[in-house]
Amino acid sequence: MLILECPYCGVKAEETELSPGYEAHLKRFGPGSSPEEFEAYMFARKNPKGVHFERWRHTYGCGKWFLAARCTATLEVFGTYPAQVSEPPADIIAKIQARRPGWTPDGKAPK
Amino acid sequence: MSEPVSAPVSALNGASFQGFATIREIGPLGMITLRAKGVKALDKAVKAVTGTKLPVQRRIEIKGDRACGWMSPDEYLLILPYPEVAEALAKLAKALAGEHHLAVDVSDARAIFRIEGDKAADVLRKLSPVDFERLEPGELRRSRAAQVAAALWAQDGGFTLVCFRSVAGYVMGLLTHSAQPGSEL
Ligand SMILES: [Zn+2]
Repeated sequence: MLILECPYCGVKAEETELSPGYEAHLKRFGPGSSPEEFEAYMFARKNPKGVHFERWRHTYGCGKWFLAARCTATLEVFGTYPAQVSEPPADIIAKIQARRPGWTPDGKAPK
Repeated sequence: MSEPVSAPVSALNGASFQGFATIREIGPLGMITLRAKGVKALDKAVKAVTGTKLPVQRRIEIKGDRACGWMSPDEYLLILPYPEVAEALAKLAKALAGEHHLAVDVSDARAIFRIEGDKAADVLRKLSPVDFERLEPGELRRSRAAQVAAALWAQDGGFTLVCFRSVAGYVMGLLTHSAQPGSEL
């Protein structure tokens, strides 16, 4: 059972109180974008075995959308954070790297 | 010719059940959904209607038959006597004039239950994914009761539970079944 703490109301909500919103930090490509960009925006999703960023909605609670960083292989949750950001915040990245040394957001080796 | 004004009726007309805990549908209660965030006059506006302070995250402030509950970072539930809702809305409109907010009478859109008795928490434990050992006094918990949304808090030695009126019968069924004598946890 997945338990995520809602960053808006502080409830440790179990999965049945939440609705999944799939991959986080997507950049929208709308009118004016190329067909390739729009196709990638619509259909191309990461499906990593490991660290993943997702959108979740606290449906049976405050109703807010938030973001979560977790491991798809072990279900370990690294942290949750408000949705008003375009990339994972530094403290979340630090928490992930503490548990997954060598992991970087862009998949490249750390400097 | 004027139509006779019918008296307000709660969802289940005060249905009750006596199991290992007592289940009572109560109301009708006046309820206002107030949405606002970062509005200066919010404290005063709420105080004028419920006589309570503005609750902090996940709290409910109760004073007599009035209360104000924190529902989300920008949503409050105001509870007050049913006949006073129109006057309360006018007070809110005045206190929050010019500020971005929304106040709506939801009294007839809700059903409200009391779950009472020493083992009242056992009734709810079977229905909601809530850690009742950690539910603090004055904490308002939004969750689900089986398949429907519900908000609940401990009050006067029991629990108060609010749900949508459209599912009042379903929730009464849940509470009744969960409170069957012999099914204590
Ligand atoms: Zn929440």
